Amino acid sequence: MTQKLDYLRESPSQTAGPYVHIGCTPNFTGIDIYGGDLGTSMKTGPVQGTEITIKGTVFDGTGTPLRDAMVEIWQPDAAGLFPSANETRGTPDPNFTGWGRSPGDMSTGEFTFETVKPGAVPFPDGRMQAPHITAWIVARGINIGLHTRIYFEDEPEANAADPILSRIEHQNRIPTLLARKQDDGSYRFDVHLQGPNETIFFDI
Amino acid sequence: MSNVNTPPKAGGFIPRDRLWQPDALTPPYKTSVKRSPQAALLSFPTTLSEETSPVFGHSMLGDLDNDLIHNYAAAGESAIGPRIIVHGRVLDENGRGVPGALLEFWQANAGGRYRHKKESYLAALDPNFGGCGRTITAEDGSYEFRTVQPGPYPWPNGMNDWRPAHIHFSIFGHGFAQRLITQMYFEGDPHIKLCPIVGVLKSQEAVDALTAPLDMNRTVPMDSRAFKFDIVLRGQRQTYFENRKEGL
Repeated sequence: MTQKLDYLRESPSQTAGPYVHIGCTPNFTGIDIYGGDLGTSMKTGPVQGTEITIKGTVFDGTGTPLRDAMVEIWQPDAAGLFPSANETRGTPDPNFTGWGRSPGDMSTGEFTFETVKPGAVPFPDGRMQAPHITAWIVARGINIGLHTRIYFEDEPEANAADPILSRIEHQNRIPTLLARKQDDGSYRFDVHLQGPNETIFFDI
Repeated sequence: MSNVNTPPKAGGFIPRDRLWQPDALTPPYKTSVKRSPQAALLSFPTTLSEETSPVFGHSMLGDLDNDLIHNYAAAGESAIGPRIIVHGRVLDENGRGVPGALLEFWQANAGGRYRHKKESYLAALDPNFGGCGRTITAEDGSYEFRTVQPGPYPWPNGMNDWRPAHIHFSIFGHGFAQRLITQMYFEGDPHIKLCPIVGVLKSQEAVDALTAPLDMNRTVPMDSRAFKFDIVLRGQRQTYFENRKEGL
């Protein structure tokens, strides 16, 4: 016998279910208790850097868009600083929250984020990571939230040097992590839960 | 310089135990079949992107945000159903309380009906019940809220599947890597062992971890029963070696 390691186990995840919007974006469902939905706007005033729009849709393995998903994104400001209590490298843009939450469009499921192009952030070993946004997807049928990252197609040099992208064995799947500039100037980032274009999801 | 008297620093997050957490593909829960990734997840150590998190201040909370009995009710009215208090602590895997954690919760009413336009169960809506609330944990990680006990309800999966009574929770910790959504069940509910969504959990221990016991010590006599539900988020590694390069 030995002493016991007294660590606790993480609470098991369960699906967000079909009504996650009641809990997380209640105004979107017509329940006005809080006066507004959290994460609707990522800007509280004029922001530094390049303002961008990211749109996308989450598709299931049959190609059907999800209309009951919730997508959250988390990112640094244009200088690469996080609006987080544990950011110690400098003072982030006070008008940028870094966090967005979208219930998707009621009829199409398309999500939209009005944000800024993120600055680069170092990897733990000091190398710089390519500019990216962390995304987290939950929905009915998803037993544990899916983490992925949004990188930018128009950052080829930074992407090529990125410590994570460069170690992915199946380099032909990297395009699933790239937001693409559209004719209207916005970026498109679709998520495929399954199938030949399955998005790379992270165990992070 | 020696590090001998330097206290350990918080490092990256402890890896998520994928053998404990449910798998993505769980065929008895039919919706998972076409919504489950099939490729292996890409594992790497957490970076600043996952070790940071948005901050939610107590000042954003309204007085009734943690009172589902009254936060949607007309003046002088209250939601119908068994009055309960749900309370507990948000802890990390190291057993420390997590202060400042935003908890959002949502649930069906006492008859098992959600206030949602896609909800089709014939049970009645309660005009005084919205079904959502939120709170932020105190310095010791504790939280509480007041609600009515939700009812079980049928759902389209098998021909006659019923969800046990449950409350959904969304939790933010101090790092985006800790982000978690889960459900709380109630001690003694016979539907727990029949439910395909509970069934995605891999062990009785995991089911128990989501099942809140009746807590008579926390009841309010002649007012509300109480259930205790602790939530555990991922913990951070402690390390002396703050300058050590963490290569892959």
